Amino acid sequence: MAKTLIEVKHLKKYFPTPKGMLHAVDDVTFSIGEGQTMGVVGESGCGKSTLGRTLIHLYESTDGQILFKGKDITHVGKRKLHELRKEMQIIFQDPFASLNPRMTVQETIMEPLELAGYHKSKLMDKTEEIMDMVGIDERLRHSYPHELDGGRRQRVGIGRALALDPAFVVCDEPVSALDVSIQAQVLNLLQDLQAKSGVTYMFVTHDLSVVKHISDYICVMYLGQLVETTTSRELFAHPVHPYTKALLSAIPSVDIHHKRERILLQGEIVSPVEPKPGCRFAARCPYATKQCQEPQQLREIGKEHFVSCCRAEEIGG
Amino acid sequence: MSIEKKQSPFLEVKNLTVHYTSEGKKIHAVNDVSLSLNRGETLGLVGETGAGKTTIAKSILRILPEPPAHVDQGEILLEGKDLLPLPNDEMRKIRGKRISMIFQDPMTALNPVMRIGRQIAEGIQLHEKISKKEAEEKAKKMLEMVGIPASRYKEYPHQFSGGMKQRVVIAMALSCSPDLLLADEPTTALDVTIQAQVLDIIKNLQQKMNTSMIMITHDLGIVAEVCDQVAVVYAGEIVESGSKEEIFDHPTHPYTVGLFGSLPDIHSEVERLSPIAGMPPDPSNLPEGCAFSPRCPYATRECRQGKVKLASLGGTHMCRCIRNMKGEGEQHG
Repeated sequence: MAKTLIEVKHLKKYFPTPKGMLHAVDDVTFSIGEGQTMGVVGESGCGKSTLGRTLIHLYESTDGQILFKGKDITHVGKRKLHELRKEMQIIFQDPFASLNPRMTVQETIMEPLELAGYHKSKLMDKTEEIMDMVGIDERLRHSYPHELDGGRRQRVGIGRALALDPAFVVCDEPVSALDVSIQAQVLNLLQDLQAKSGVTYMFVTHDLSVVKHISDYICVMYLGQLVETTTSRELFAHPVHPYTKALLSAIPSVDIHHKRERILLQGEIVSPVEPKPGCRFAARCPYATKQCQEPQQLREIGKEHFVSCCRAEEIGG
Repeated sequence: MSIEKKQSPFLEVKNLTVHYTSEGKKIHAVNDVSLSLNRGETLGLVGETGAGKTTIAKSILRILPEPPAHVDQGEILLEGKDLLPLPNDEMRKIRGKRISMIFQDPMTALNPVMRIGRQIAEGIQLHEKISKKEAEEKAKKMLEMVGIPASRYKEYPHQFSGGMKQRVVIAMALSCSPDLLLADEPTTALDVTIQAQVLDIIKNLQQKMNTSMIMITHDLGIVAEVCDQVAVVYAGEIVESGSKEEIFDHPTHPYTVGLFGSLPDIHSEVERLSPIAGMPPDPSNLPEGCAFSPRCPYATRECRQGKVKLASLGGTHMCRCIRNMKGEGEQHG
């Protein structure tokens, strides 16, 4: 693995609700190497977006530690955060909601540059360079978001996030709102930009085909817990956690001649509000036993392969 | 998988053309679409946002908002009988009874202030001459069929999760054992494991009741799972159609090929996707000739002169591309 860029230790993010604490991210530990892409997958409400946002301080963590380039950034002051934002950015899912409707393409991309103190004389050139980099036509510089289609809007969002050449970018479902043909264009763009600048991505998505395509490593989350993490190749070849197995088997594949065994889950998803200790997937897990009511530890069961399941060895890959 | 039957198809759509009027502009949503479906079969309508898939389904059920929509021409034959000229009260007897629809978003398809059981029973009472009590019994049975305990009959939509709401919508659509089910992206709003459950329920119920289905989706994976026939829609036109095997093994239209190339697949290792260049055309200003030609890597001058006809490639495989015309191109509108 490459030199570690960001490291997360026992990270927790709880939200207060009228019914008690919602455990959105619960004791998550992992690290991402420089220039790598870490995919984070899971279904809606599993805490994957909260994890991304907590990492870049859009939310303050409840407990745990975040290390960036070896420095503890779990708690930082306002000024330090301002500096940090130049290095850590985010691309949002819905480019319509995340772009200011009253700002033109040029203004949107220029804003982070201005905030970072770019000199006026260089602003224009740099903005043009970024627009060119993300493939937005020069003639659209004075267009407003509503005049652009989804794909172009997302290119503006990418341009804004990458304007200051950050080391780390959280991509929060960046292609989910786009049609497949446009989705492929944007995925290719993200890969090209990474090849050029060496930026590190944390790619949050519910789409397993996309995550497999773009990631070096993958974290699988279920209701706030990290259930399995390993390389992309290993995860798809030898999934171990029963949830990962069910998740992978549920993906509809375009291969019509390849019949796969489908694991259909029974039962409903438990609430993440004041959850009981123990494995949260147990309620739907075909392998669940009494042991599963105990808190589960993330354990290394193979090279770079971590699973949080007490029966991992029996179930196997 | 296509079952060769000599009888006339169960559903036949002929030369359907629909436009919308918006801000004085004419939007060509569906352009001369023809398709047919046998009893018990599933047809996948594949295409991107704005391709006209939902408009086709809504035309069949005659629930298009008119205006702004307007059906310019076409026939929709259900067992040989055209639905388009039917008076409203007759159509109402067909809707929900013989043809029903599962909408994409269960959150908006359900009435938030009505108990879910009542919403299912309402449709049953409307179409079958049975008492309220009997309708309630049947609604409970439907709930259990989609895996929701009958004890939740009196709950409201907000008490259900997204996947359960969609199952309620499916129970509603299937409650009168329709002959034709129009499923408009029924699982797009759901998570994959829940999606697998819901698709499984739809498939099982469909087989049990021998229902024909039109599955509208942008997900080729879902088509591979549930469909027998496929029609690829682009800019309101069918650009390629055929059996699932014909389309998946031999995608021919450059747009279909592009769709497959754009798709990251779980079972293959591709370093780089091959997306389709450009954007779908503006439906109020469609290009001359082939609507896909501005994005097509093979487009020639010929493609931009006049409409391209659907031509047979053998079997049931049809393609609207001049590169594949073999002279014996079937007449189609």
